[in-house]
Amino acid sequence: MLEKLIFEKSSPGRTAYSLPECDVPVEANDTTPLPERFLRKNTAELPEVAEIDVVRHFTRLSQLNFSVDTNFYPLGSCTMKYNPKVNEDVSGYEGFVNLHPYQNNEQCQGILQILYELEKTLIEICGMDAFSLQPAAGAHGEFIGMLISHAYHVKNGRRRSKIIIPDSAHGTNPASASMCGFDIVELKSNSQGLIDLEMLKKSMDNDVAALMLTNPNTLGLFEKDILKIAKIVHDAGALLYLDGANMDAMLGIARPGDMGIDMLHLNLHKTFSTPHGGGGPGSGPLGVVNELVPFLPAPRIIKKNNSYEWKYIFPYSIGRVKPFYGNTGVLIRAYAYLLSVGYEGLRKISEGALINANYLSKKLSDHIEIPYGTRCMHEFVASTRKLKANGITTLDIAKRLLDYGFHSPTIYFPLIVTDALMIEPTDTETRETLDEFVEALIKILEEAKTNPEILKNAPHNTPVSRLDEVQAARKPDLRWQKDFS
Amino acid sequence: MPVKINYTPNTESDIKLMLKEIGVNSIEDLLVDIPEGLLCKQINIPTGMSEMELKHSLKSLSDKNANLNKYTSYLGAGAYEHFVPSVVDHLSSRGEFYTCYTPYQPEVSQGTLQGIYEFQSMMCELLAMDIVNASMYDGSSALAEAAVLAIRHKQKKNVLVSKTVHPEYREVLSTYLQELDVKLIEIEMENGITSVSDLESRIDNNTACVLIQTPNFFGCLEETEELVELTHKNEALFVACVNPMSLGIIKPPGEYDADIAVGDIQALGNYINYGGPHAGFFAVNKEFMRKMPGRLAGATTDTKGRRAFTLTLQTREQHIRRAKATSNICTNQQLLALRTCIYLSTLGKAGMIDIGNLNIHKSHYAMDRLCELDGIEPLLNKPFFNEFAIKISDNCKIEELSRHLFESGIIGGLDLSHFYPDINNAMLLCVTETRSKEDIDELVLAVSNII
Repeated sequence: MLEKLIFEKSSPGRTAYSLPECDVPVEANDTTPLPERFLRKNTAELPEVAEIDVVRHFTRLSQLNFSVDTNFYPLGSCTMKYNPKVNEDVSGYEGFVNLHPYQNNEQCQGILQILYELEKTLIEICGMDAFSLQPAAGAHGEFIGMLISHAYHVKNGRRRSKIIIPDSAHGTNPASASMCGFDIVELKSNSQGLIDLEMLKKSMDNDVAALMLTNPNTLGLFEKDILKIAKIVHDAGALLYLDGANMDAMLGIARPGDMGIDMLHLNLHKTFSTPHGGGGPGSGPLGVVNELVPFLPAPRIIKKNNSYEWKYIFPYSIGRVKPFYGNTGVLIRAYAYLLSVGYEGLRKISEGALINANYLSKKLSDHIEIPYGTRCMHEFVASTRKLKANGITTLDIAKRLLDYGFHSPTIYFPLIVTDALMIEPTDTETRETLDEFVEALIKILEEAKTNPEILKNAPHNTPVSRLDEVQAARKPDLRWQKDFS
Repeated sequence: MPVKINYTPNTESDIKLMLKEIGVNSIEDLLVDIPEGLLCKQINIPTGMSEMELKHSLKSLSDKNANLNKYTSYLGAGAYEHFVPSVVDHLSSRGEFYTCYTPYQPEVSQGTLQGIYEFQSMMCELLAMDIVNASMYDGSSALAEAAVLAIRHKQKKNVLVSKTVHPEYREVLSTYLQELDVKLIEIEMENGITSVSDLESRIDNNTACVLIQTPNFFGCLEETEELVELTHKNEALFVACVNPMSLGIIKPPGEYDADIAVGDIQALGNYINYGGPHAGFFAVNKEFMRKMPGRLAGATTDTKGRRAFTLTLQTREQHIRRAKATSNICTNQQLLALRTCIYLSTLGKAGMIDIGNLNIHKSHYAMDRLCELDGIEPLLNKPFFNEFAIKISDNCKIEELSRHLFESGIIGGLDLSHFYPDINNAMLLCVTETRSKEDIDELVLAVSNII
């Protein structure tokens, strides 16, 4: 059952709002004290609906979504784990949501303590020396990391112009480096899906500012030569940046700082359980080693005589990347998560991610090709290329999974696997759920042989069927308009 | 024996079974690729908690903050206290909305996608612009990305930004542009608004864009018509950074021919949250549709001919175009955009006008009453929406005033010298629909007792 646009439910004069009467004196007939030239000419055609319309409309819209709360959501590299309800409650306390960023430090000691302790906790978990909590998302963190790379090399005497990025990297990596004016050198992965050490050595020269590495990589594999990689990079005077999107199997297992990582961003909306919000708000704290601390964005929190304050002046800082201090509401949720799991629970998270991913990949490997082997960290990548003979695409499999009530894995990524299905079950799923997913996939693979049409026309049980994406791009319809409806 | 929070559901017997299926004896066998020296021995963080303990702990931290339900605040400057209708919290806290991700599978994401489409539509209406994207991190990153768009589009190297733009927005802008081989030039202000003559002296055929905020950081409304005319005469793009809360009443960017409009939607249904999460919006005229950053939802049809929504024009984006994308933005601030969509549905056509008027009347009343006091005068005599600056006579230092006000349960405005060292003893106050006449009279009384 589809839902009309809220504009289509509009009826002139209907309202859903209430406001107190204007209790300050207003001169008669003087509706506004502002000169005419500052005033709007045409009224904005916003909906005119009743409160019950608003409530039903958005409730019904919500029911058209798959979500972690309703479905298994094994979207690779996105860590769609359970988002604890208690964290929604505690981050909603009035001392957090109704706090103004320009209140003075004395009035904000509670939140400052949280941010300070969260930074210290992330430092300990990752083995870094400092974190900036300002970045709003992973890509924002990458961008800042790339600016810091520039600042570091300039301070050391010479600009460097290139960033090396493996061909298995997330798309944000090259985009972030490019936004900072870097040239991108793509590094081809070896036959095992890992960094090719010889190729890396050949690519390194004194124009390379940094290697952007994802470890565990997007195939879910740990770069076993990480120490050698770090040495090659450092010997060339470059920095080693880690895309920390894939940290769910690393907590309490191994620390990036110990591996020679100079900089990393974390995605708190992935590993640290804060909700994805349909596409944000996230948070992408950037961690660095001592040598890079001077370049971090300002302001930063310091602790002085048992109280906390913001410090603004850091002469080598790359500057501010956000007004105020970051996505604080998200940071509180991550803090609450870490406080609740504690040191005992931390490693359990990653053990859970490891076991679930390896179990699922092992069980699926009897039925579908897993080109780089079943042993993995937090996720693994299957390939549907052998189904091409039956005319079945990865997209068909993904869409048919929706019919069985499972969100699709990430598809056609990483780019180095043909017809990729990138599967990340996360740490919060039960064995039974994984078994059900395996059964569904087995049935779908059977259908691919016996009744391929049912896949090609899938999904059948969702609110809408496959969309005409070509039409959407060719004739963009990006808004409702009164005269057109 | 305390039982701590544990979100990993598999029991020891499950794990045993699973390890057997995997074909290993222990979890350590799954970690053989990690060099042995790198395996963690111990992580020094505190022990875990039960849910009850967690709530107590966070409650006591929350109580250490002086929250705006207990104090009457006059702070604005980019983070605004407005009333949030109950429906916004209730509807946006549905798990189906906040525990999903980017709607890559449109067949099971119509709720999010239609929400984005409606958000885009409402913001287009409010701004009188052609196209609005799904959201940006905040107003400042939207402003910076507008400059980047203009630089690329015009292939010119100078970015002009008024000194009346929020100082922290200008800092972010400068951070974003620092490696792009461009020149960021500030335009002087005159009596609280952008100086047209200074703009005239600095704008030339190397100018990619002119960035203006209105109402600006001081709350003053800019003379946008003159600025736009001058900008377009020099073939540069005009970027307006606006407070969408003002637009039920105040002239929207589309009505003065802005090329790009940006800003923050925190004011529309989102809490202050100590400065974040807030969310930005990015609006353009049609011409720039394929150059804009961020996600866009569009209407199309499904195989059965039904209207349905999907992410579109994705070839602009990093997951397709990688290094050649219009921006690196991926995860944005979707849930806040949804909240704004619910808020605008609730306030609706009439509500945005009414709330605009309330903000104008209350702030003007506060300004008038305060300036009746001896020792207080308006810093600037310019039309404003809901923020204004006052000058306080030198015999009462602003820190003193703020401290005494706080003792009376009032959080005063922002000390402008924090951002503008030349402006001494002046305070920027914001008065929204949340302040009653009684609140304002109390403020005036408290100030009169102090100065």
